[in-house]
Amino acid sequence: MIEASFISYISLAILLFSIGIMGLISRKNIFIIYMSIELMLNAINIIFVTLSKYFGSMDGQIIAMMVMAIAASEAAIFLSLIVAMYRLKHSVNIDDFNTLKQKDTL
Amino acid sequence: MNSSLLAWIILIPFISSFVLGALYLYSISIKKINDTIFTFLAILAPITSFLIGVAFFLSLKNGATDYMYEPYTWLGVNGYIISMGFLGDKLSIFMVLFVTFIGSTIHVYAAGYMKGDEGYGKFFSYFNLFMASMLLLVLANSPIIMFIGWEGVGLCSYLLIGFYFTEPLNVVAGNKAFIVNRVGDLGFIIGLVIMFFYVGKLGFDYYALEDYISLVPTSILTIIGIALFVGAMGKSAQIPLYVWLPDAMAGPTPVSALIHAATMVTAGVYMVARFHFLYDLIPHVGEFMAYIGAFSALFAAIIAMRQTDIKKILAYSTISQLGYMFIAVGLGAYSTGLFHVFTHAFFKALLFMGAGAVIIAVGHEQNIFKMGGLRKKLPLVYSVMLIATLAISGIPPFSGFFSKDEILLKAYRHHEYLIYGIGLFTAALTAYYMFRLFFVTFHGKNYKQKEMHYLSWSMKAPLLVLAFGATVAGFVGLPEVFSQTNLIDEWLKAYSGGALHVEHTTEIMFMGISVVVGLAGIVVAYVKYFKYDFNKEIQESGIVYNKFYIDEVYHFIFVRGIQKLSRFISVDVDDGVIDKAVMSLCGGFINMGRRIGRMQCANTRVYAFFMLLGISSFSLYLILKLG
Repeated sequence: MIEASFISYISLAILLFSIGIMGLISRKNIFIIYMSIELMLNAINIIFVTLSKYFGSMDGQIIAMMVMAIAASEAAIFLSLIVAMYRLKHSVNIDDFNTLKQKDTL
Repeated sequence: MNSSLLAWIILIPFISSFVLGALYLYSISIKKINDTIFTFLAILAPITSFLIGVAFFLSLKNGATDYMYEPYTWLGVNGYIISMGFLGDKLSIFMVLFVTFIGSTIHVYAAGYMKGDEGYGKFFSYFNLFMASMLLLVLANSPIIMFIGWEGVGLCSYLLIGFYFTEPLNVVAGNKAFIVNRVGDLGFIIGLVIMFFYVGKLGFDYYALEDYISLVPTSILTIIGIALFVGAMGKSAQIPLYVWLPDAMAGPTPVSALIHAATMVTAGVYMVARFHFLYDLIPHVGEFMAYIGAFSALFAAIIAMRQTDIKKILAYSTISQLGYMFIAVGLGAYSTGLFHVFTHAFFKALLFMGAGAVIIAVGHEQNIFKMGGLRKKLPLVYSVMLIATLAISGIPPFSGFFSKDEILLKAYRHHEYLIYGIGLFTAALTAYYMFRLFFVTFHGKNYKQKEMHYLSWSMKAPLLVLAFGATVAGFVGLPEVFSQTNLIDEWLKAYSGGALHVEHTTEIMFMGISVVVGLAGIVVAYVKYFKYDFNKEIQESGIVYNKFYIDEVYHFIFVRGIQKLSRFISVDVDDGVIDKAVMSLCGGFINMGRRIGRMQCANTRVYAFFMLLGISSFSLYLILKLG
């Protein structure tokens, strides 16, 4: 069994984070975007936990737990927002929500 | 007597003006108000002021000291205080009496003259505002408060000249009056500022000024005196600032009678008398004033000889008579000048009101050569006009004789023979042009129209009152030869400039000369115009009729240049430079906004990308910096 090294944990985190970023930028579905954000949060959590282990301090793990708690509550809000938005436009396509767009009328 | 009543003399017309204005606005916009209400309110105010004035007069007559009332601080800067103060001394109460008396009669007259006019309420609102301003000017206890009134009467004059503002010519006349007055006012302000600079720290009411004015060096006093006189020139229509007064006749006739003949134009004379302590110290400026007065008198009289508009003739005669007043005050005989102000107010108001009655009767015609033969049709107007014309021509026992004769006598006694000569000659011209007007209007046979417009009693009654005044007003200032007490000199003792004793024979001789000269003028007018009966209308022309082209010269020298300058500033500088700069700056902002606004594309992924870009570059910066 290959021993998981410090650099591999960090690499995993960077990979997850990049996937999250790419999802955020390139996808249209609001659910996918939400999942990308969660992915990025978890990538950060991995870094916290890794560094906690590496430095032998519990601080990082505590923060990781806190992030998860906040992410949970955020999930509740986010999902209810998505429901509300769906009711408004009957769509989960992010491009349909363009009320604040600059109209070239000036 | 309570000195706070002084303020009510001013406040009553002011409040009345305000109420009338509000009622007028109500009347034109919501519900028509009966003219009777306006009339009642309007006439009540000057009469009440007059009665209060009489009370003060009686109290001062019984030996009361000057009344001083300072209700509140008008201006307090850094410990220096100018209070809104009123001074009721013999001079100001004298002015109040005749201003409110003449004002009351003209208000009554105007009620008839303006009957049925659309702007009836507005007219009386302005009229009462004028009364309030004039009384403030007279009753002020410091030059600064006086200046408020000074400007107020100018404003009312402007408003009333342009009363029929739908006619562009009237508006031009109003503007002209206002602008020429501003020129004079500038002189007045300069005088006040210099005076303030030198003695203002010691207090700026008349009492303080009188005490401390001698601290100012004579050369500075000369400048102050001339600057203040420039103000008087503007307000009292003397050379070279007289040009506005003839044009001011565009206003309704009661306005001409009250403002441009009897009261406002005498403000300059009053001001000089008020500053007598200043002018006593600089007799050379006084002499200059007297010469300006004499030349104005002569010049205006010459122009008046060839005019055809009845009101313009009277306007020039006003300038001429004001010239006489300045001769008197210039030579230090302030009480004599004020005596002429007093008598002139009666007969000139009467002349204007008579002229107004004639104009109404013949259906708004002002050219005297289109009138004629009105003697039989308007017997009352005829007789009062005869009294007024005799008074202004200096025929005894009518009022003008005494005051004019006294001025000429004073000029002679001060060894100003040139002024005396000019004054005498002008007296002859005055008699001539006034009787020319009189004969042509009332005795000529040129009038075609048979129908006369009806003159109401509210127009006739004031004529009678003033005719009585014009007849007897002279008796308050009888010369020494007839009476030991000259009431005017007695009352205004502080302003009489010292009594000049004259031999009785000399005095009688001078009177004789004046009367002969006046009669000579009348005879010439009689010969030329009594049986005036031209089949074709007379057309005056020539340099005199065209007023020596002074208006054209002024237009050429001043007005054109200023118009060009204004055009340059408004077109080239304002539009070309300032507007352009501001507008291009605006344009820049708008363009920038449009570009930046395009970033709000409503594409969430783009936003996220920008966010990422921002965070990345910031992180990169931190890493490079800290790393």
